[in-house]
Amino acid sequence: MIELKGVAKSFGSLRAVDGIDLNVHRGELFGLIGRNGAGKSTLFQLMLGLIAADAGQVSINGERAGGPRFRAVKRRLGYLPENVVLYDNLTGIETLRFFARLKGVDTAECAPLLEQVGLTHAAARKVREYSKGMKQRLGFAQALLGDPPLLFLDEPTNGLDPEGIREFYRTLRARQEDGTTIVITSHILAEIQQRVDRLAILHSGRIRAMGSVQTLRAQTDLPLWFEVVAHSSDTDPIASALRRAPFDKVTTNDRRVAFQCPRNAKMAAIAALAPLTDRIADLQIQEPSLEDVFLGWMGASA
Amino acid sequence: MNPLNCVHMTQIRAIAGKEFRDRIRNRWVLAVSIVFAAFALATTYFGAAAQGSVGFQGIEPLIASLVSLTIYLLPLIALILGFDALVGERERGTLNLLLAYPISRAELLIGKYLGLAGALTCATLAGFGLAGIAIVARAPAADWYQYAGFVVSAVLLGWVFLSLAVSASAFCASRTSASGIAIALWFFFVLVYDLLLLGALVLTGGAVLGPLFPLLLMLNPADIFRILNIFGPGDLHTMFGLVSVFPAALAQPVFLGLVMLAWIAAPLGLAAWRFNR
Repeated sequence: MIELKGVAKSFGSLRAVDGIDLNVHRGELFGLIGRNGAGKSTLFQLMLGLIAADAGQVSINGERAGGPRFRAVKRRLGYLPENVVLYDNLTGIETLRFFARLKGVDTAECAPLLEQVGLTHAAARKVREYSKGMKQRLGFAQALLGDPPLLFLDEPTNGLDPEGIREFYRTLRARQEDGTTIVITSHILAEIQQRVDRLAILHSGRIRAMGSVQTLRAQTDLPLWFEVVAHSSDTDPIASALRRAPFDKVTTNDRRVAFQCPRNAKMAAIAALAPLTDRIADLQIQEPSLEDVFLGWMGASA
Repeated sequence: MNPLNCVHMTQIRAIAGKEFRDRIRNRWVLAVSIVFAAFALATTYFGAAAQGSVGFQGIEPLIASLVSLTIYLLPLIALILGFDALVGERERGTLNLLLAYPISRAELLIGKYLGLAGALTCATLAGFGLAGIAIVARAPAADWYQYAGFVVSAVLLGWVFLSLAVSASAFCASRTSASGIAIALWFFFVLVYDLLLLGALVLTGGAVLGPLFPLLLMLNPADIFRILNIFGPGDLHTMFGLVSVFPAALAQPVFLGLVMLAWIAAPLGLAAWRFNR
């Protein structure tokens, strides 16, 4: 679906994208994460054909981005830029109609789309009167014009309230189930870790790691967090059993004992706790979050 | 590939329509129409006040006054209208979103230009047209034709300076620098060019520049506008200085109109080249 081969782009002396190889498959929800200036937006611009690569090749459905036949691809993609800016002097419905005309989409689609993003009540209001969250919803609606099978969403939940974020991901899931391919960036890693099929961690214009969240966790070899809940506040026997290698950072708090354990010592931890089962009320094992994984990779690349 | 194959009218219409409607809705067209109408009526009725008379004094003095004032006002309005056409989209952050749609940069540029040109034309026709109806309603048909010629040439003059403004917009990285370039263009073509030309003619005694003089006048669209208007049926050319020596043989409306069209096409072509880079 989307293919990047050895793509590089510089702005003056700044190497914004530096030899990226990437494949996004049909129907996949693919995440791009990285610090500010990592090259995410440049990569988006390259994939959308807005700027030309200095080296390498970007193609979507076999068509070179920005090439003579890329117009047909653009008809079948939706794009929500980071901090979307729309025309303040147009109303919500006029905004969608304008973009629908540009895309060659029936303007009858606009009202149902506004309803889908919860803006029917504000359809006749000027965009300048919209809150940041409403502008973001309107931006999302314009990206959905023409029911595109490919979506590029740059920080799509910026400014949305929790209900809006949930609704946004519900829509996204429905689209994905219909076969839509989605490329998404977000700074809120907790938000996307349960939702993306695969992701790439960008750093200084390069992909530091790529794969499913599970794969990246395994690659970073970050420790697991155990939390043991005791029947009583006498947690010393449990803590004592864990104060030895390879367990680490053992802390107690009332009836709870928390500790870190290397991924490959998970069974050893369970074995260490087995003789104490009469004292244990509950046990939780927590995988490192995407944020931990991201910071782990960033630490490795620093 | 022929670049014209890449130009789709649907996209151009969408962009032009939005630009035009924006100017209608924010009352830009209305405001400029009123300025033009007021300015034309005031010139008509009070233009000869210094000579002790008021009211319509005939089409030739009227055209002479209107040409002189239009040269100052219309280019300025056109430059202000167009200087942020492209750079404004870039600075606001809407350009990338627009270009992510199936629209080429050429279509965006043409659409922008046509929409703005439409708004400017409406304002010019409405302003000078309404004033014209009031002024020359009872005048003979020949006066009507001459006034209509003035209005058409004013429209062309506006299109030329709009084209220059859009070109400045394509070349500049910020609205601030584009506005600076627009003002500089106005100074150069409206205030400085003729002065430099006259100075150069006097300095060289006309020997070097004399033969080139008609060509040098055509390098300034404001002068072409003057020439288009002074070579009418009357003795209007006697009311102008520098351009009155333009050879009458070259002062054909069709030829000068084509030169004006070249003045529209050339900056737009440059803008398209720059915008595509």
